Amino acid sequence: MDVREILLGDEAVALGALHAGISGAFGYPGTPSTEMFEYVEAHAEKWGVIARWSANEKVAYEEALGMSFAGKRSIVSMKHVGLNVAADAFVNSGVTGVHGGLVLMVADDPGMHSSQNEQDSRFYAKFAGVPCYEPRNQQECYDMVREAFDLSEKLELPVVMRMVTRLAHSRADVLLGEPRPQNKLDPVTDPTHFTLLPGVARKRWAKVAAMQPEIIADSEASRFNTLELEGRDTKIGIIANGVASNYVREIWDGQVPYAMLSIRRYPLPMALIKKLVDAVDVVYVFEEGYPLIEEAITGINGIGKPLHARADGTVPRTGELTPAIAKQVFGIQPSGGVKSTLENVPGRPPKLCQGCSHADTYNLIRETLKDYPVKRAFADIGCYTLGFYEPFNGVHSCVDMGASITMAKGASAAGLFPVVATIGDSTFMHSGMTGLVGAARDNANMTLFILDNSTVAMTGTQLTMATGDALYNVVKGLGVPEDHIKIITPLPRKHEENMAVVKAEIEHNGLSVIIARRVCIQAARKARG
Amino acid sequence: MKYDVILAGVGGQGILTIAYLLDNAAINRGFRFKQAEVHGMAQRGGAVYSHMRISDREIISDLIPEGHADMVLSVEPLEVHRYLYMLADNGVVVSSVAPVVNIPDYPERDVVVNALYSLPRPVALDAGAIATEAGVPKAENMAMAGAATAFMPFDLSDYGPIVEKLFGKKGPEMVAANMKVLENGYRVGRFTRLLLEAGLPGTVACRALAMVRPDSLDEARVPQVKALLQGPRVAAAFDRPREGLITLDELVAELS
Repeated sequence: MDVREILLGDEAVALGALHAGISGAFGYPGTPSTEMFEYVEAHAEKWGVIARWSANEKVAYEEALGMSFAGKRSIVSMKHVGLNVAADAFVNSGVTGVHGGLVLMVADDPGMHSSQNEQDSRFYAKFAGVPCYEPRNQQECYDMVREAFDLSEKLELPVVMRMVTRLAHSRADVLLGEPRPQNKLDPVTDPTHFTLLPGVARKRWAKVAAMQPEIIADSEASRFNTLELEGRDTKIGIIANGVASNYVREIWDGQVPYAMLSIRRYPLPMALIKKLVDAVDVVYVFEEGYPLIEEAITGINGIGKPLHARADGTVPRTGELTPAIAKQVFGIQPSGGVKSTLENVPGRPPKLCQGCSHADTYNLIRETLKDYPVKRAFADIGCYTLGFYEPFNGVHSCVDMGASITMAKGASAAGLFPVVATIGDSTFMHSGMTGLVGAARDNANMTLFILDNSTVAMTGTQLTMATGDALYNVVKGLGVPEDHIKIITPLPRKHEENMAVVKAEIEHNGLSVIIARRVCIQAARKARG
Repeated sequence: MKYDVILAGVGGQGILTIAYLLDNAAINRGFRFKQAEVHGMAQRGGAVYSHMRISDREIISDLIPEGHADMVLSVEPLEVHRYLYMLADNGVVVSSVAPVVNIPDYPERDVVVNALYSLPRPVALDAGAIATEAGVPKAENMAMAGAATAFMPFDLSDYGPIVEKLFGKKGPEMVAANMKVLENGYRVGRFTRLLLEAGLPGTVACRALAMVRPDSLDEARVPQVKALLQGPRVAAAFDRPREGLITLDELVAELS
């Protein structure tokens, strides 16, 4: 009998990886990738696999690579911007190659539902010269990751699974296959395999470059690159990737009348693309993400026939694709929709939870800065970025993980005073520590608030690396003078005594770290059950 | 068969639990389904939604095409209006009447509730009251799911094993209470549907049902109630100040 299970796209990748015989999963939480790891974590005992969150994405990638070195299969997951953090390890692993199969699941967030940009990870796969899969439904999430592990071991290269929010966070039933056992311990024997001394690296890189024709041929022949030409109207040829293929097919209820190429496996199948382009009068590229396919086929002279895609404005230059945009692109009139009798539907942005410790900390910051002519606070990635909104107005920057501390130091060096920075405990352990080492060495005139709520709150209260005393010891160990590390409990009833601490530390001419320690109310609620 | 629902609410209202219930009901019936949801930052008290699609054949897109949703199912009455562009011409709106006022520019409650009533096919539900009466005040989402079921290809009996799975750990009383909430939600949904299908304007149907105890609703009496709701005593009954709900019998008596 068929075994079906209801799974999020992320979870389908996770179960596919477990059935492919992984021995470990590594990652750092980040929407929309988090649920992949969490599924493995929840089933780790049953499958006898290791699943531990890492301090950041680079660490996670390297841990996965180490497992691969030892001959076992591993999966590593992160959000798209996390791959920027892991890029050094990832790109170099394209040169070293792998031993046990290694799959990187990276989840992009077109439309920036919960992100700072909408970068397209397919470019990273191309950059590193490694294959990439791009599922369009939950079944393909499961099937592709299993194939990706086999491919990874066949080519001895890491393989990328590019997810997008809509698939990562959409559930459907998935037909399951037979699990494969884990690999046995079988460490690399060739000492040059993973040792990128220039002399070795040149040879490895030449080998990977020489493999490209084989990798491309594999992609051309993949069952996930589907060209439908026979019996189709060739006035129009449509090229669509991943979930964008769904939006095109949805217009015609699955029966697309025109020639169509759906791309879900990279490197780009240029021969298939050429076959389509040659056969049709006009080409449309409908691509979820940046214009990777579009730019690859446009070249200097174009394709010699009309091409409609993002560059000419047929498809919006930014943002997430939808079925409505697909209709618009192909000139289908919209239908339905009911008018509201309300004149105005006010927006409802997310906000800090009732009783959140961050609210108390931001109140302290707001009230202290009131007395200064210049009020600037550098923030970071997490729930506390919501301190941007009324009534706090306590955030003037949020750029990337850890940037609160380093930007504060730079601004302080430029002469800005007072300089305040806020960072959560998990973001601090991810990328804040390295910045604080420099700030401590130079005794930068700034005040850092570490908002220690004992969890990775925004992504669903995952385990943090260091909290409480452990976090205090890290701060001390990084060289921050002990008499300027203060611990406060951000509670309304402690407001006055906390104000005295904050005021004094902001006035202190040098580095201060104030640890605002109170557990996340969501995490506390979850712990109570 | 296909049935597309936009689930709406405010982060923390439990719309993913509604989705869980409907997803499992769909798969147990052998339907295909897809259900796209929002995680991450938006869950912190912001507007949240989910696209839920059920069909007896392959579903292609995870997102419902604009103007094609058969239902907007909202646990909050203002949130309804964010997604009306997604609704098909003959689509139905099932909404709770209890506002979540966590923004400064929230309109007057009456304005929001009247805007719900004046939609072409509205079902209004005092989900909080239904849940509270069953002893599970937080189960507003179950009341909503019950009301929605009156329009969907499911029966209440589909939910028994799923509710058991959700609440079984908390004891048989919790399971029974949640089933009761589902049932009373269903009664309101079903009765409203029949009144609308009999040709009664949505405003009248919703205002009448807002006065009546859900457990007193008997669908055999729809023709009688419909006729009375078009009678001369309706305006007076609607305007009469009252404390608490009346039974269907009492409404009939007032209107007769």
